[in-house]
Amino acid sequence: MAITIPILILAIPLFMFFFLGLFGMKMSHKLAGTLGTLGMGSVLVLSYFTAFQYFFSGLDIFVNEAGDRLQYLVFDQTWLQFTEKLVIKLGFLLDPISAMMLVVITTISFMVHLYSMGYMRDHHGVFEHGFQRFYAFLSLFSFSMLGLVVAPNIFQMYIFWELVGASSYLLIGFYYKKPSAVSASKKAFIVTRFADLGFLIGILTLSWYTGTFNFTELTSVPVEGLAGVTQVNIGTAESIRNIFATSAAPTFMGASVLTWALVLIFMGGMGKSAMMPLHIWLPDAMEGPTPVSALIHAATMVVAGVYLVARLFPLYLMEDSAMIIITVVGALTAFYAAMVACVQVDIKRVLAFSTISQIAFMMVSLGVARPEYHEGLGYMASMFHLFTHAMFKALLFLGAGALIHAIGSNDYTAMHGLRKSMPITHITFLIGCLAIAGIIPFSGFFSKDEILSSCGQYDILVYLWMSLVAGLTAFYMFRLYYLIFWWKEHVTPEGHHAPHDQPWTMTLPLVILAAISCVAGFIPFGNLVTWNGEPYDFMAHFDWSVASISLLVAICGIALATVMYRKENELPAKMRRALPALWTWCYHRFYWDELYQFITHKIIFGLISKPLAWFDRHIIDGTMDSFATLTNKASEAIKPLQSGQIQMYVFYYLIGALLLGGITILCLI
Amino acid sequence: MFSNILIYFVIIPLLMLGGVGLSRNIRQIRAVAVIGSVALMALSTVLLLQYLDLRHAGETAPMLFTDSWTWFAPLNINLAVGVDGISIAMLILSSIIVFAGSFASWKVPQPKGFFLWLLLLSTGVFGFFISVDLFTMFMFYEVALIPMYLLIGVWGSGRKNYAAMKLTLMLMGGSAFLMLGLIGIYYHSAPEGGQLTWNILEIAARDSIPHGWQSFLFPMTFVGFGVLGAMFPFHTWSPDGHACAPTAVSMLHAGVLMKLGGYGCFRVAIYLMPYAAQELSYIFLILTGISVVYGAFCACVKTDLKYINAYSSVSHCGLVLFAILMLNSTAMTGAIMQMLSHGLMTALFFALIGMIYGRTHTREITQMGGMMQILPFLSVCYVIAGMASLGLPGLSGFVAEMTIFVGSFKAGMADYLSGEGSLRLVFTIIACCSIVITAVYILRVVGKLLFGPVYDKHHLELTDATWWERTSTITLILCVAAIGCFPNFFNNLINTTFTPEIFAVLGK
Repeated sequence: MAITIPILILAIPLFMFFFLGLFGMKMSHKLAGTLGTLGMGSVLVLSYFTAFQYFFSGLDIFVNEAGDRLQYLVFDQTWLQFTEKLVIKLGFLLDPISAMMLVVITTISFMVHLYSMGYMRDHHGVFEHGFQRFYAFLSLFSFSMLGLVVAPNIFQMYIFWELVGASSYLLIGFYYKKPSAVSASKKAFIVTRFADLGFLIGILTLSWYTGTFNFTELTSVPVEGLAGVTQVNIGTAESIRNIFATSAAPTFMGASVLTWALVLIFMGGMGKSAMMPLHIWLPDAMEGPTPVSALIHAATMVVAGVYLVARLFPLYLMEDSAMIIITVVGALTAFYAAMVACVQVDIKRVLAFSTISQIAFMMVSLGVARPEYHEGLGYMASMFHLFTHAMFKALLFLGAGALIHAIGSNDYTAMHGLRKSMPITHITFLIGCLAIAGIIPFSGFFSKDEILSSCGQYDILVYLWMSLVAGLTAFYMFRLYYLIFWWKEHVTPEGHHAPHDQPWTMTLPLVILAAISCVAGFIPFGNLVTWNGEPYDFMAHFDWSVASISLLVAICGIALATVMYRKENELPAKMRRALPALWTWCYHRFYWDELYQFITHKIIFGLISKPLAWFDRHIIDGTMDSFATLTNKASEAIKPLQSGQIQMYVFYYLIGALLLGGITILCLI
Repeated sequence: MFSNILIYFVIIPLLMLGGVGLSRNIRQIRAVAVIGSVALMALSTVLLLQYLDLRHAGETAPMLFTDSWTWFAPLNINLAVGVDGISIAMLILSSIIVFAGSFASWKVPQPKGFFLWLLLLSTGVFGFFISVDLFTMFMFYEVALIPMYLLIGVWGSGRKNYAAMKLTLMLMGGSAFLMLGLIGIYYHSAPEGGQLTWNILEIAARDSIPHGWQSFLFPMTFVGFGVLGAMFPFHTWSPDGHACAPTAVSMLHAGVLMKLGGYGCFRVAIYLMPYAAQELSYIFLILTGISVVYGAFCACVKTDLKYINAYSSVSHCGLVLFAILMLNSTAMTGAIMQMLSHGLMTALFFALIGMIYGRTHTREITQMGGMMQILPFLSVCYVIAGMASLGLPGLSGFVAEMTIFVGSFKAGMADYLSGEGSLRLVFTIIACCSIVITAVYILRVVGKLLFGPVYDKHHLELTDATWWERTSTITLILCVAAIGCFPNFFNNLINTTFTPEIFAVLGK
């Protein structure tokens, strides 16, 4: 495979970032936006081509005789050499999940680029201030995200992990005049930075034991294939298993070092993927422009944690305790976020919590995946859900953006009954809701059903729990849908335009994404993405009993939402009065933010930083100053001796002479 | 004498001193400063290329371009020069900062005196980095320190007399320890009856300092240099000194002068006394480990921009000394990279703070806000500097910190598994925590100072950077990005210095 195309996939967005960032202000808004979109469009074409080549060309570097998919390293360039063995390389790794991610990222990114051409202007068509900057940052983000998914080693992943964090920071804080946006961006960066600390220590531990950063060495075995081509089979960790088996199984606080390393690395994933308790930044990140939320905080960056675990999946398989932690964290987060999503008022917040919940589904799916259960169906289901979720969640966010743009508020109380005035938005939003709720034949049905199947095989409790969350998902999504498009007739406030569908740049992405959400469920994912590259027909693992139950649960959720929210009625208020404590806790997101506020402000600032600063100024510096004061005082004290009076000097002289004389006499005696 | 390229690093600043002395107006002074600093940059580039050529051709001597001229024969004092990868890196850094500093002091009052002292300071700095003779090294060290007193006392702001006095006295106190240490080294530089020497290379090759004496002299020299490297608890001169110093002086001081400390600790304390370095490193490991997080925590609550940056320097320079004490080549390479990185980005910070202060006449972040709308260029530069400081990949801070962490984790694990205690490991993890705290204070400043609504309506009339300010900041940003994007070049330059021979000396 030619090396040019992968390089271009990374180079074009980077070039666009510098180009728009440096010269964007000198060109017109429209030109900058068009250039950015065209740049992304070309990356889209190249990525599709690459993914197509990988999956369907059948070249012996991509697939072996048995039909297993292989890892292929397109290039690998030394970037920083720590020691002889530990080297950071920058490279491009093609395997099933990176090829899939290339497709996801470029699709969503291109849709967002196109959509923003319409979204980032006001009702009179005037472009927003900083429009060029927006496109520059979008390009930077796309570059970083693409670099992350194609990383052939964990340190490159960490590098781009940090870069996506920074671009997310810049984009959340895009409206930098708004204090809320500034503090949201700060929060996002610091919370994920804290998680990255765990990630970093995990990398250091893992690399110290294994002597490599390289994913291929960590998770797979090179095999001599036909004609001397080295083929890399995915999904075994034999070499690593030997290292940990022979190094006398070092343990720390009762757990093996490998468990520690994997859990710490997972902590990094928890931060980026907004798993509880590090989820608090994601709802606030909705302060950014809505296309950004669709791109970064729904479809691409927030699934980086899932991607990370999937990347190191063979390693995680070696440590059951780490897998259990993933499952538990995922299951708790999924339920928590779904509960909170049921009562939020801001439509972007509802979608944000729904994102957290759905990512938790993917995490659980990875946590319960075992090769012995349905040939590792959970892994495939997780990646499948990642794919379908990216499409329908981006659709929902972009739809929400269209609504917000039309109404000028994030609050559903300002919307209601918009189905007639915004028909395209309505239909596409409905498709998104059906997909996420898991109604056949929309894409979410298939991926969620496979997640539930693998949960069912792993443990019945996990299965029931996740089914409950699936029901909640259907409920809160349709609650949102009804409150926006039904409930009561829309009343346009005085002096506002009547809401209407947006220009083609905004509706076209909606339509495309809706179409994808309708058909994506029929992609034979089992043939493409599996944990060890061995294709299988997942219909063989399709369980009609599980499918019908999950369908039933979803329909119940939707029915409940229909009863409660289709027409204006007293039921929601009654429910709220019936369970006041639960409602309040959910509404306040179980007070996580207040807890963090307390920890950071009262403990870190109040009990550590401020006393330390005081200590520094008064004790440490005080001591240093007191040396100077003491010297001065001593000098003051002996100053009178140098009075300038001859009589005194003669007096001192005589005393000294007498003393010396006395001592001499004493000595002589 | 003049055939050795190194000597020109001292001659050019001296010529510039003469040039400034003869200048009649500010234009001539500027011309001298700019031409001279460009010449210095060119010289360091030529030196770099020649050095790489020689290494490429297979030169394996620890130092190249060595030369020695007798200065005072009875005590065997020579003007001995020589460079390796580390000193070359430091020379490049110094020449860049002098260049950027000249542009940053374009409009300084009483320019003649200012530049005279500044150039004297630079002479000391360059002289220090090229010397391999302990005596001349110490002399240049003092030459670099003394002008600070006048530069802060005359051209400073705020409580400048207090700050100047404090800075000078504390650094002089460090020098007193240092001098004792150096004389001690001299008297043990040869086995009984041998010819005593000040030459670092000879002392290192002989390795004749008795272990008992090493345990006494090592703390002396390490503390002596450590004071200048802002080691806890001897760092308090730094916040006050930086806060009151004029822009270019802060830049030079934090950018280059504090590096003298780290460089000295490596070149003298650890290189010459490897036994004591292993035995006693734990004391300083604790102190520098504390510096790293302590400085960062203090920076979190300060409201004066220069104080914040000074405490951040305490944290970052603490990391330099911390990494040196890990005594392995990866961490030490990281330490030198961190010196380069910190030098460039802190100079950038101080330049920007000076430029903002010059316009708003305040450094309190509570008195400012929304600068992004008023001073977009300076604000963007500030964000870039902040990102470099909190370790964004692609800028210099990341590569330096990661090299340090990988190296010190390696040292820590080696200690831990061989049963030598977990001190290194624990402090490595504590030091890693600084990446989070750094993010807190950097983003706090960025959020308050640059973003948000405009705080003071009078600030709306301010104008953005002038061309000379742009030159200064862009130069520094390009260098920060160069290290961040092509770290392996610098890594190899520095790394080759830590040859097996040196680690044989270090006992590892």
